[in-house]
Amino acid sequence: MSDTLLTIRDLKIEGRQGDRWQPIIKGVNLELKRGEVLGLIGESGAGKSTLGLAAMGYTRDGTRISGGSVLFDGLDLLSLSERRRRRLRGKRIAYVAQSAAANFNPAHRLIDQTVEAPAAIHRMMGRSAAEQEAIELYAALRLPNPDEIGFRYPHQVSGGQLQRAMTAMAMACKPDLIIFDEPTTALDVTTQIEVLSAIRTAVQEIGTAAIYITHDLAVVAQMADRIKILLRGDEVEEQETRAMLAAPKEEYSRSLWAVRSFTSEERPAPEAATPVLRVRDVTAEYVPGTPVLQDVSFDIHAGRTVAVVGESGSGKSTTARVITGLLPQVRGTVELDGQALPPRLPDRSKDQLRQVQMIYQSADTALNPKQTIREIIGRPARFYLGLTGRALEAKVRELLEAIELDPDTFIDRLPGALSGGQKQRIGIARALAAEPKFIICDEVTSALDQLVAEGILRLLKRLQDERDLAYMFITHDLATVKAIADHVVVMQQGRVVEQAPKSEMFTPPHHPYTELLLSSVPEMDPDWLDRTIRARRKG
Amino acid sequence: MTAISLRSVPLTAIFGIVVIAAFALTGIFANLLAPYGETQIVGMEFEPWGGDFVLGTDSLGRDMLSRLIYGARNSIGIALATTIIAFVVGAALGLLAAVLGGWIDQALSRFVDLMIAIPGLVFALLLLSIFGTSIPMLILIISVLELTRVFRLARAVAMDIVVMDYVEAARLRGEGLWWLVRREILPNIMAPLVAEFGLRFCFVFLAISALSFLGLGIQPPTADWGSMVRDNAMMITFGDITPLLPAACIALLTVSINFVVDWMLHRASGLKD
Repeated sequence: MSDTLLTIRDLKIEGRQGDRWQPIIKGVNLELKRGEVLGLIGESGAGKSTLGLAAMGYTRDGTRISGGSVLFDGLDLLSLSERRRRRLRGKRIAYVAQSAAANFNPAHRLIDQTVEAPAAIHRMMGRSAAEQEAIELYAALRLPNPDEIGFRYPHQVSGGQLQRAMTAMAMACKPDLIIFDEPTTALDVTTQIEVLSAIRTAVQEIGTAAIYITHDLAVVAQMADRIKILLRGDEVEEQETRAMLAAPKEEYSRSLWAVRSFTSEERPAPEAATPVLRVRDVTAEYVPGTPVLQDVSFDIHAGRTVAVVGESGSGKSTTARVITGLLPQVRGTVELDGQALPPRLPDRSKDQLRQVQMIYQSADTALNPKQTIREIIGRPARFYLGLTGRALEAKVRELLEAIELDPDTFIDRLPGALSGGQKQRIGIARALAAEPKFIICDEVTSALDQLVAEGILRLLKRLQDERDLAYMFITHDLATVKAIADHVVVMQQGRVVEQAPKSEMFTPPHHPYTELLLSSVPEMDPDWLDRTIRARRKG
Repeated sequence: MTAISLRSVPLTAIFGIVVIAAFALTGIFANLLAPYGETQIVGMEFEPWGGDFVLGTDSLGRDMLSRLIYGARNSIGIALATTIIAFVVGAALGLLAAVLGGWIDQALSRFVDLMIAIPGLVFALLLLSIFGTSIPMLILIISVLELTRVFRLARAVAMDIVVMDYVEAARLRGEGLWWLVRREILPNIMAPLVAEFGLRFCFVFLAISALSFLGLGIQPPTADWGSMVRDNAMMITFGDITPLLPAACIALLTVSINFVVDWMLHRASGLKD
């Protein structure tokens, strides 16, 4: 039995675009020893997932392997028959996907799906033995009530628990290799830390090798022995984790490290000025009697950014819905420039609507795919400011220049012909076109790669300085908060638990919940996870 | 949207387009193309093919070819008018239900459920016997029955669009109902609606032919493919295939429309091959 488990040599993969085949992976080599964890990082489109699947001898529809070899424990996966490959999958190579919710069958209990591979497909053991092992795995992954949790359906457990159950499913046959494809990307930071620590402990216990795919450097620093960086299907560099973190060799690797360096100076709120937006003791509910927001209060001043942070379900987006008038509050007031805004959207004047604009998380659903950039950006200017003809054209061009996109290239395009970052810039231009005083930014960078996200943050900052805009920045990412906020509001279960200027927020003492949030953000230090978990066990 | 190059259009769709165009032109220029008048008795009953009458004559001695040509105009024209009415009204109501929601959606949807609960052909026969079988009444009754299907489709696809952030953005901007429907939603549901239009047209066409065959559709002496099959059906017993000609026209048009619709659905769903 050799020491090397997986060898990928000069692998080339192509994807079909119309009638032509475009390279996705351009000749990548990879070697993995038994029990070793390799971190695979890169931006979206780098080919991380494609490479991860190819390690199982699998390609997605519309892609094909055009060259190279994949040797798994001496077996050439690419020349093996599909039947023999299938016998390996699940048993000796397993896969954990990003969205556990989409990968569990909602009609079966967790344990039925966990034991399917060992008991029903590969017939390695009897059903009851497999169930016993599944329960042990649930315990190893620190799922609550391991004896009982498997008998629930996927919708009856939380997202973090489901992700761990999926890892248990992958481990059920004690495979030699597990591919983790962004397993914690969709989770809150406080959940992510638990899943990370559970996965790492379990991987060490059964001694499996793993390929850990992610775009988050700090996460991969905790999980991997070695890190490989991909860029548009090419390998940039590969090193031991500690060496990579200490001294990345290539220019591109260093740029990935530098992303989190963008920070803005905190500016104190102006004294005795009327805030642009004042939220006072707002209580709101979807179902009468069960408030989703309780006594929420904060101020936002002109030219300042207030970051609203919290886990999913904490009421961040609901607060935005109250401010925009989509969900009228049952108590409390929202004031714009000292004037109370009518709670219901239809009762607000055109000028009040103009002053409050919104930028969405997903630019894909925020821009109408059938309207050109000219129509998307031009409509608010026409609707609120009454611009037409030449004046409108000039305004659209001016806005495109303000968001650093060339007007001649982009003005007649449809959103489908734009990249994610460019779409988000169009979303910003649409908000600016109304010439508002106040903009709500709802997780505007969380769907973007780090380099692109940083560009968006810099743009928003510049626009704020030029136009004296007030921002309400909804985010769950504390790195973004550090980068852009002046004032931070921490929410939990519909209440504001703490609010303070940024500098105060990031220096102790903290509110216990803020402490939990802050300490859950992964750091670039490979020892961070051990240290944090140890500190929590003690406390 | 990218321009359609002729090369990327499948053969079946080209066939469909050519046949539909041919039928449409035949209908439009019927009085120029037909050798005899629509209701003109020109010879003996059931004359054979050839000679003065290319496709022979029918049970009253009218020229079969001329009847077929005029039938294209009548059958297709009536079916087209019916389908257009059903689509304009059905899609408008469906969009209203999706955008406004609440009790308007409830009222419209339950009413449509009620209509769908009654078998279509039976309902049509009933209404036609009550209100008479004039052509405007025929168009009105069939379009009301068909618009229930269009309503359900338009409402369902619009529901998917209404929840999009760009519709919310338009609402927050203070846009009115007309803008929301016309500019934000309609362009995004056109593909399934157009595809459905083709299919609905076939069903309407067949429904009218069936009603004519039963004697409650288009009334004599107007030429119509459905009633032409019925009137000449007895010739089949003499081994003459003439009564199958109008039936073949119906089949050919239906198949052609489906070819084109298939292709359009394919493009709309973004499938490549």
